[in-house]
Amino acid sequence: MSEPILELQGITLAFGPKVIQHDLDFRVRRGTIFAVMGGSGCGKSTVLKSIIGLLRPAAGRVLVEGEDYWAADETRRTAIGRRFGVLFQSSALWSSLTVAENVGLPLRMFTSLDDAAINALVRVKLALVGMEQAAAAYPSELSGGMRKRAGLARALALDPDVLFFDEPSAGLDPVTSRRLDDLILQLRDGFGQTIVLVSHELPSLFSIADDGVFLDARTHTAIAHGSPSALRDTSTNPVVQAFMRRERLDQEQSSGSEGFGTQDFGGQDFGIQNTEAG
Amino acid sequence: MPSTLNPGTFNPGTSESATSLQTGPGDSAEWHLRHEGTRATFQLQGDWIGRLGPAPGDVGELLACPVRGLTSICFDTSRLGRWDSLLIAFLWQVRSIAGEKGLTFNEGGLPEASRHLLSLLDDTPAATAPIRKRPRWLALIGNAATGTLTEIGALSILLGQVSLRAGAAVMGRAKMRGVDLLDNLYDAGPAALPIVTVVNFLVGAILAFVGVVQLRRLAAESFVANLVGLALAREIAGVMTAIVMAGRTGGAYAARIATMQGNEEIDALQASGIPVEDYIVLPSVIALTATMPLLYLYGCAIGILGGFTVAIAMMNVTPLAYLQQTRMAVPLGQFAFGFVKSLCFGTLIALTSCRIGMQAGRSAAAVGRAATSAVVVGIVGVIALDAIFAVGANALGH
Repeated sequence: MSEPILELQGITLAFGPKVIQHDLDFRVRRGTIFAVMGGSGCGKSTVLKSIIGLLRPAAGRVLVEGEDYWAADETRRTAIGRRFGVLFQSSALWSSLTVAENVGLPLRMFTSLDDAAINALVRVKLALVGMEQAAAAYPSELSGGMRKRAGLARALALDPDVLFFDEPSAGLDPVTSRRLDDLILQLRDGFGQTIVLVSHELPSLFSIADDGVFLDARTHTAIAHGSPSALRDTSTNPVVQAFMRRERLDQEQSSGSEGFGTQDFGGQDFGIQNTEAG
Repeated sequence: MPSTLNPGTFNPGTSESATSLQTGPGDSAEWHLRHEGTRATFQLQGDWIGRLGPAPGDVGELLACPVRGLTSICFDTSRLGRWDSLLIAFLWQVRSIAGEKGLTFNEGGLPEASRHLLSLLDDTPAATAPIRKRPRWLALIGNAATGTLTEIGALSILLGQVSLRAGAAVMGRAKMRGVDLLDNLYDAGPAALPIVTVVNFLVGAILAFVGVVQLRRLAAESFVANLVGLALAREIAGVMTAIVMAGRTGGAYAARIATMQGNEEIDALQASGIPVEDYIVLPSVIALTATMPLLYLYGCAIGILGGFTVAIAMMNVTPLAYLQQTRMAVPLGQFAFGFVKSLCFGTLIALTSCRIGMQAGRSAAAVGRAATSAVVVGIVGVIALDAIFAVGANALGH
């Protein structure tokens, strides 16, 4: 329990000369729900990709249970990756397979279970996300929210040890989003799974995340560590405050990377407390 | 010591928090059923981990036969090791059967975490998969026939629309972007020169080679120039170039439009009021129609060059004499005939591939099928059109 299940040390992510994030350091403890937060375009999904093996970091180490992931050879990386379950931002369902076949494919490939057992497990996963009635549908026949839930069921297929969710609540109605929160809590408490979550949905973050890190798009590094609730209550950084309280940032303080105020003040911390009305 | 991530290393499902790291395979999952009066107790033991091994035996049939006096089902999990959703699936099945038989499902002996997970699952019966009936062979033939006729009709409509819009485009009133037209022209023209060169050169060379060998027997070697020139100009250069372009550009158009279909880009165009015929189909058709005759002429020249190369190597004739013979053997009218045919080939390939792209499904496999279909229809269509032209020319006495 003392050793974190995931640790990033000095990670720098870049696409050619363009640096997305640099000097990232954080630890994910086993059996916790860890939130990766930040403004749009700061590189949260890219960080996820570097952990699950889709993007080699330009510098730094990714330690999975103490083992350097990127230093291992491809076979070893694949074996480690099999203990991860990933929900992509756009669900990434295989378009030629039905929902049930999508969820069942990892089971078919990597276990020795017979068809009946696989079907039973697929049914359980689909029922957990509320997609049982759509098991025989093709992804092109589903709505966006349904595709996301099907992708979630597929991420759960092999009962992985670490789950990575990229914007799981995006596109879901409030009731389903709440149900998803309950499910994530059950996965942590019931199966003891560790969950790494990229999300903007503040109610979910406050209610389920145990720990987290806040990435900044302007300085391209982590500017706060801690659970969303703790950051909301104790952080003095105006960027973090604005995110947690869903407030507008003044022009000079904005951390958006797409032209909503991109003046670079060299990382100065203004220390301005946002005054609450009343 | 850091442990390696073997299957079975993690300990997800016991009632204490996971601390121990086990290595090696676990005990296989098993259940035993004990009857005690009105109670049936499932004794669950071993590691119920899905990826580790075969599932425990199915419980459905066992509980199917009613046991007299049975009122409740309980669980004894004292010897249960690690578990994951394999256990949940099993418990769910037992709970459904208990519900059907009216037995009490006593959760008391189950790990608390599993009870929480079980509470997330409701007991509605599984949705039956829609039965996709296999159509009978008569229906298949009928569908194929009506489908073909529909497609021919749709193509004719598309041809009419494109012709009208082409007129508007000339006057600058079509909703087509000039840069798209230039892109397509480049792609269907200069970018295709390498493959057209290679194919036609080789075809010309092959014709000359076969011709020389055969005509030598009749001491009519010198007629090779006639053979190569006429065959290329009248038929071969046009058809070969069209086939190459059907494969190269027809497949590309269909795949591009099919992918746009899957990304909802076509929907977005329609919602923005931009007609698909203007924006996508028109530049493709104009480009291919314009470049195909030019490629044909170029192909003829290259093919004659290919024949020339082989003939000079194999026969005792001067280059000038060969070329002079070619010039005298092939009337200009043949080139005009080939030119007109190539125009039609270009329009046919562009129209069919665009239409097939727009009719494609929205999965990755559908894009592949659309590209394949466009190539096949393009090639077959070109050959068929060529035959029609040949018959027509024959009927007119040329």
